[in-house]
Amino acid sequence: MHFVPHTDAEVAEMLASMGLSSVDELFAAVPAALRLAGGVDLAPGLAEADVAGRFDAYAAANRPVGRGLVCFAGAGAYDHDIPSVVHALAFRSEFVTAYTPYQPEVAQGVLQALFEYQTLVCRLFGLDVANASLYDGASALVEAVNLAVAATGRQEVWVSRGVHPHWRQVVATLAAGTGHRVVDVALDDGLTAWPAAGSPAALVVQSPNYLGCIEGVGAAGELARSLGALLVVAADPVSAGLLRSPGSLGADVVVGEGQPFGAPLSLGGPYLGLFACRREHVRRLPGRLVGETLDTEGRRAYVTTLRTREQDIRREKASSNVCTNQTLMAVAFLVHLAWLGTAGLRELALRCARGTRYCREALLAVEGVEPLSGAPVLREFAVRTPVAAGVVVDRMVEAGFLAGVALGEEYGGGLLIAVTEKRTRAEIDAFVTAFEKAVR
Amino acid sequence: MSTGSAPGGRATSAPLMGRDPEPTLFELSSPGRTAANFRATGVPEWSAEELVPAGALRDEPTPVAEVSERDLVAHMTRLSHRQFSVDLGAYPLGSCTMKYNPKLCDDAVARAGLADVHPASPPALTQGWMALLADLEDALCRITGMAAATLQPPAGAAGELTGLLLMRAFHGAGGQGGRRRRVLIPDSAHGTNPASVTLGGYEVTQVPSDARGCVDLDALAARLDDDVAGIMLTNPNTLGLFEEDIVAIAGAVHEVGGLLYYDGANLNAILGVTRPGDMGFDIVHMNLHKTFAVPHGGGGPGAGPVAVTDRLAPYLPGPRPVRTAEGPSGGGDAYEWAYPEHSIGRAHSWHGNALALARAWSYILANGGDGLARVSQAAVLNANWLRHRLRGTYDIPYDRPCMHELVASATNLKRARGLRALDVAKRMLEEGFHAPTTYFPLVVEEALMIEPTETESPQTLAAMADALIRIAAGTGDDAHAAPRTSPVGRVDEARAARQLIPTWDARPT
Repeated sequence: MHFVPHTDAEVAEMLASMGLSSVDELFAAVPAALRLAGGVDLAPGLAEADVAGRFDAYAAANRPVGRGLVCFAGAGAYDHDIPSVVHALAFRSEFVTAYTPYQPEVAQGVLQALFEYQTLVCRLFGLDVANASLYDGASALVEAVNLAVAATGRQEVWVSRGVHPHWRQVVATLAAGTGHRVVDVALDDGLTAWPAAGSPAALVVQSPNYLGCIEGVGAAGELARSLGALLVVAADPVSAGLLRSPGSLGADVVVGEGQPFGAPLSLGGPYLGLFACRREHVRRLPGRLVGETLDTEGRRAYVTTLRTREQDIRREKASSNVCTNQTLMAVAFLVHLAWLGTAGLRELALRCARGTRYCREALLAVEGVEPLSGAPVLREFAVRTPVAAGVVVDRMVEAGFLAGVALGEEYGGGLLIAVTEKRTRAEIDAFVTAFEKAVR
Repeated sequence: MSTGSAPGGRATSAPLMGRDPEPTLFELSSPGRTAANFRATGVPEWSAEELVPAGALRDEPTPVAEVSERDLVAHMTRLSHRQFSVDLGAYPLGSCTMKYNPKLCDDAVARAGLADVHPASPPALTQGWMALLADLEDALCRITGMAAATLQPPAGAAGELTGLLLMRAFHGAGGQGGRRRRVLIPDSAHGTNPASVTLGGYEVTQVPSDARGCVDLDALAARLDDDVAGIMLTNPNTLGLFEEDIVAIAGAVHEVGGLLYYDGANLNAILGVTRPGDMGFDIVHMNLHKTFAVPHGGGGPGAGPVAVTDRLAPYLPGPRPVRTAEGPSGGGDAYEWAYPEHSIGRAHSWHGNALALARAWSYILANGGDGLARVSQAAVLNANWLRHRLRGTYDIPYDRPCMHELVASATNLKRARGLRALDVAKRMLEEGFHAPTTYFPLVVEEALMIEPTETESPQTLAAMADALIRIAAGTGDDAHAAPRTSPVGRVDEARAARQLIPTWDARPT
């Protein structure tokens, strides 16, 4: 099956109008030595129904979360309910099949949606300016680190071990190019133990952190100010339903993984990177930014703005190479969050916190299960088990649960467990019962 | 051209209700209104004060929006009607490959068995996903003539940076990390190239184009030395021209120990014709949202996999799905996540934009080798047919067979009647087509970069050419009010930058 509409007669007619007899003549600039003899080395095309069959087979070889595998795993990817409006609206073909809004007069739909998205991200994080999204939480953190280094002229960045290990790995991968010195800051009872002195460009903390613990963001902000550094906070947008915003606690840049609003788990992508900062840093903001303006007749209109920051204009002097982002996921985020509304966001966070406490207390009553930290948590917590966490996960799969994510050696092992608003008391009770067996 | 039927890609019949501004969600809000509802869980209903320490608890709820589901649906639907899209009409935006996005790809990935898989699941639970990704990797390597690929980069620019870090790791392992500090880039390159080079820790050395619009070989030779890490090329280049001397270029760069990086932005031109691997490239990124029909989503999510030759494969990011000799039960393939021996590390939070990758694979499967070859043939045919029709009306600075796109110039029209590329673009919107890319590549004045793609019919092309020719007959004064048919008129971009209003809350009261 292919999607080229031309009939053979039309192709012949087009060629004739150019004085040509074959399409091949148009490729004369490709040296003969480089020409493929056999075309593309792939099987012939399949009919739509056969493609569907192939995908049925792939899907059948996975084990998705759901009734048969009740999800207690999080670690940066959360099993939240996605309301029907998200698919119905965000995945309208007008949003799906548009490109970056280079012609604002015919892109007001995407531009206004992004303007509303930026407004919501700023409200969640307590900051002044948000971009139109980045690829994922990790890429947002990389951009935040780059911004802090550029703003302070310093090369060293202190990154808490409470930041998602994958995000820290991505920061390390990309630091090979920028030359930033990344200093790992250890945890003490689940919370970041900052050095007292130094001259870092930024302190980077996640709250709630990878282990689920609510960090002392305010104290980190004070320390950052005393050291002349920026405070970069990786925040969970769901936590904005209950927790004080990082911006109100002194954060200069806030990044986050937007997946909890509108993105299915989908093996980790596409998600979206949330990014907001104080207005004083707007000239260093990475990626697209939408602003409100007027058209020639004085009507309200939206347009991508401060374009001189961007790579297509600044080229090698640009502070970021971001061109496209995750607009469609930002639209999904907007729809999901608007559907929840002010009261719904609080209710969502409250329900996560309730389920988390209920589950945590029940698990800690199981013999041999110990907390990894005594610090307060919201939607996620970590425990030590008498049997290795990886073994517990495998045993729990047999019982119909995705029990969590086994922690690496830098945390001394343990199991990270998330409880969202989807988990019922009956599911949690059954989980705990199975857990008792799995840790023996 | 005997058309005989109406063009399918012209959007002038799109119904528009009026030209009032759409209120924001915040204006549509009414205090206390909500659409949210939650399942009954039976979990004890502790209060917020019981759950969160006082110092961390908010005083007031975060203001979001307060709308009914009905008003939310109406709002987003109206916004969607204020948006041009490929599904609405032809979108000849040069360098962006705005081809039709087949609907079978939407359905292929809309399966709980793909969408509801947690990324941290034990590998035994994700064998289908790993097989899919491995199959896609294999196909992309066959298409590009490469040995192995990473699927992690979520966009083309991310692929570029990944590729440059691979270059850095390769030279570092050869003990030449310190000496090799420059990366060469033609002056016609995309802006992401130089920006990525800087982030990759290299310096940009620009290589001028020659009179034929290709890399100037003498200028290249003058810039090649053993401090060169590599060169980034787009082939066909951003002028839509095939770099005929690519073999000589590859030889010269390899001669000084440099690597060749292929920017796959224009891969849509050469499927089944030739492969970057055959041309001598070492590292290739692909834009799956261009060539392989992943819809652009208003600016993402895309996917920018990077494929490499054997000698660079040990440096690829990880983890990646690797086929083990035999399944755990002794039958069939099985996959595990593994890091290559000298991996540069992780380049994405998880495994890349997995659903976008899956869409691209469904597109490749549907087309097959034969269909993909047809893609490039028709894309190149369409671009050349337009070039013939526009010749004489617009300047065509490099008037010889182009590949999948052509670069025209409004220089003659600007001189004669004050009609600039910007005016042509805005008038195209009135004619029911999306505008071409304007003012790029930078080496052409008043550039109009037109990429019709293979999925537009000859009838649509004819209508597009007629529109462009009609527009060229007008003057700049006529065009200043354009577009007059869109939800808003020409937008004041300078004002947006001068009086920055980045959120609803930042509006002056």
